[in-house]
Amino acid sequence: MAETSYDIVVIGGGPGGYVAAIRAAQLGLKACVVEREHLGGICLNWGCIPTKALLRSAEVGHLIQNAAAYGWKAENVTFDLDKIIERSRGVAKQLSQGVGFLLKKNKVPVIEGSGKLAGKGKVEVTDKNGKKNVLSAKNTILATGARARVLPGLEPDGKLVWTYREAMVPDSLPKTMLVVGSGAIGIEFASFYNDLGVEVTVVEVVDRILSAEDEEISALAHKAFTKAGINIITSAKVTGVQRGKNDLTATIEMADGKTENLKVDRLISAVGIVGNVEDIGLDGTAVKVDRSHITTDAYGQTGEAGVWAIGDLTGPPWLAHKASHEGIIAVEKIAGVEGVHPLDTSGVPGCTYARPQVASVGLTEAQAKAAGHKVRVGRFPFVGNGKAIALGEPEGLVKTVFDDKTGELLGAHMIGAEVTELIQGFGIAKSLETTEQDLMHTVFPHPTLSEMMHESVLDAYDKAVHF
Amino acid sequence: MSVDILMPALSPTMEEGTLAKWWVKEGDAVSSGDVIAEIETDKATMEVEAVDEGVVAKIVVAEGTEGVAVNAVIAVLAEDGEDPASIQPGSAKTPAPIPAPAAESTPEQQTAPEAAEPQAKSDAKPEAAPSASQSETPSATSNSGTRVFSSPLARRIAEQNSIDITVLAGSGPNGRVVKRDVEAAMAAGAGKASTAARTVSSAATAPLAIGTGPDPRKIAGQLEMAYEEIPASGMRKTIARRLVEAKQTVPHFYLTVDIELDALLAMRKQVNAAVPEGVKISVNDMIILASAKALMDEPDTNASWAGDAILKYQSADVAVAVATEGGLITPVIRDAQSKSLSAISEEMIDLASRARDGKLKPHEYQGGTFSISNLGMFGIREFAAVINPPHGAILAVGKGEKRPVVRSSDAGDELGIATVMSATLSCDHRVVDGAVGARWLNTFQRRLENPLSLLI
Repeated sequence: MAETSYDIVVIGGGPGGYVAAIRAAQLGLKACVVEREHLGGICLNWGCIPTKALLRSAEVGHLIQNAAAYGWKAENVTFDLDKIIERSRGVAKQLSQGVGFLLKKNKVPVIEGSGKLAGKGKVEVTDKNGKKNVLSAKNTILATGARARVLPGLEPDGKLVWTYREAMVPDSLPKTMLVVGSGAIGIEFASFYNDLGVEVTVVEVVDRILSAEDEEISALAHKAFTKAGINIITSAKVTGVQRGKNDLTATIEMADGKTENLKVDRLISAVGIVGNVEDIGLDGTAVKVDRSHITTDAYGQTGEAGVWAIGDLTGPPWLAHKASHEGIIAVEKIAGVEGVHPLDTSGVPGCTYARPQVASVGLTEAQAKAAGHKVRVGRFPFVGNGKAIALGEPEGLVKTVFDDKTGELLGAHMIGAEVTELIQGFGIAKSLETTEQDLMHTVFPHPTLSEMMHESVLDAYDKAVHF
Repeated sequence: MSVDILMPALSPTMEEGTLAKWWVKEGDAVSSGDVIAEIETDKATMEVEAVDEGVVAKIVVAEGTEGVAVNAVIAVLAEDGEDPASIQPGSAKTPAPIPAPAAESTPEQQTAPEAAEPQAKSDAKPEAAPSASQSETPSATSNSGTRVFSSPLARRIAEQNSIDITVLAGSGPNGRVVKRDVEAAMAAGAGKASTAARTVSSAATAPLAIGTGPDPRKIAGQLEMAYEEIPASGMRKTIARRLVEAKQTVPHFYLTVDIELDALLAMRKQVNAAVPEGVKISVNDMIILASAKALMDEPDTNASWAGDAILKYQSADVAVAVATEGGLITPVIRDAQSKSLSAISEEMIDLASRARDGKLKPHEYQGGTFSISNLGMFGIREFAAVINPPHGAILAVGKGEKRPVVRSSDAGDELGIATVMSATLSCDHRVVDGAVGARWLNTFQRRLENPLSLLI
């Protein structure tokens, strides 16, 4: 008879859940993970990771197509879509197995099946054969994640109207495509398919793409994607879809109120996500749900004693690293670790891995002003950076926003090559509460793209050297 | 980044020394290991070597200067590529000297007339704090000399809002003081300022935001009151800061006794007649000695609160308040319990006169285990003094005057006349409980009323 009594039962083995369980094990608590499908969750299996593999293939293609600029001849270059997808799936599989290994190493059992709350201190797990098993749990962490939001009329059908899931494993390459929504998911797919030669149109309901980003960065991204060949329509919405045999016609209401019809082979709906709050036994509990997301206190505690919730399930930002961090906070709070603080979401970086990449942390310039800060803004363009020129990536910007009075780094916003790897530098700076002085006194290695981070800070104080 | 060159300690106990000779002059390039100066103490002469490479931007302490305090800035080095002319001493990023606390937390060094060397008057005196957004905030240091870990942003916000970061509890990793801690302190302080009735208890729990409260400039402006504005000197700022700190953090209570001085005055007359020409023992000298001996009799009063312990001192180092033009300063008579009246008298005359001339050396007014403030010469009958932390108590001495006293004998009560002095002991209740303070005051009274005990 397997052990069925735990200090912490984690429902969901995504980046929130499995990290929470490992942290619990490190703290000497008895924890298990209940997972219905794949360890690693959406992130690892159907999100962050496999899309990065796809985008890497697109980037390699882009380099080959521009090989002549680097002195290489590459003629009659073609790609094999199946191989691109196969590689992406292989990467996901390898890492999912890696999570299994990590849990095993930490002696965290994985219980396969769908978990739900079943009364105080009980979690019921139903395996794929319908067999039920009840675990007793001093604490339960709900980490069931989220799924694509469905707009009326844009219901995914698996063939013509896709979500991220179908978009990741196409059986053939469409010629034309409409992406609805220009958040990170929509833009990454738009960039990927555009690089494979698909004629891509993006429709965004608000007046700019990547609307969570700084306005200046949005504008630069708009310009870059347009230049790359993506057709972008903002302040517009798709009001209906007529599905044909192997294509569809979307009705788009434009900013001026007129409607246009666009015939495309496929449509990707990327209009946000909703929390997986159904079938996890919330009925009859004091757990509160607000618009598909569970309401918690700053440490993940729900309205029901002993029940915690983390990650996408609790609301934006919908990011794997936010989920992981919340998992650790909740577990440490349960374990009574001293000095646990709520997650400061202003320190959570966001990354979009399109070509060009976009990355940011903290407040945008507009948000900072709206919050009452008198700001100092620094900018440094890629064209002033030696490494960017050498890479052949002269387009992009590093923008920094400081509080004029205290020198606090309020936000950093970047677009261009490799910026997703740079942003954590500003993340550390924010987390350690450095001021502009500390950043100015930091030595950045030459020649690197990171020098632009330094110059942007200097520019905020009118001391930029190289531009 | 410029580097401050500090007065080195040639021995663990060295507090000051003489800068005997400079081997370099301003503008000279030095590299690590070069001999740049010679330092003398009464025991030894030693060479000072450069630790860093650079150009001597400024010689702050001139050759031949005596009594240079350990860790005082003696010169500033400009590093590679820096314009030596733009460098101000004190603006350099210097590793916090160990164990001496950083400049900010040793106000005595900043403000003491002696600390800014006479030779440095014209150009080398540290400027008023540079504008906050450009200044380097030194690492905060607590009173006990250990470093307070804090984020750069927390330090800057604290500085801009006059919050003493050393008294804040840090909520960051390993107790690091972060922005939210300073903001919480500011919020608490702001709440305090807006409360109409400010009570002692609310002040005690509030953070030490110095200078909050009604803005007198604003009120004077609104009411069109005429005034002259005198910029606060460093010494005045230190007095303000230290006294606010004392009154806000030290739980004071007060004990008063009347002491008959006739026997003491008679003995003083005899002693002064017997001692050599030029020596004149004052009542104050006798009070100093009686205090010191009472501190040995009742050592619980000769103590400091150290946060997690009480430090009981083994000698009575009596600090005596001396009024000077710039403000109050308290030179210390060390080991007063083992000194003769004539030694105390001589030392007090010397210290008081040099205090008034601004010539005291830091070690002469730092430390001490107990203080005395005497306002008898101004006709004050009695008063209560503010404790000078970290001392556990301070004695406030009033005027000796003829007062009616009731004398009891077998024959009944009768009214008499005696020379009586009221003395009030202010005690830090964390260290000195009521009964302990009362015992000390009784002992002190007995020693003054039976003055021969001072001669033993």
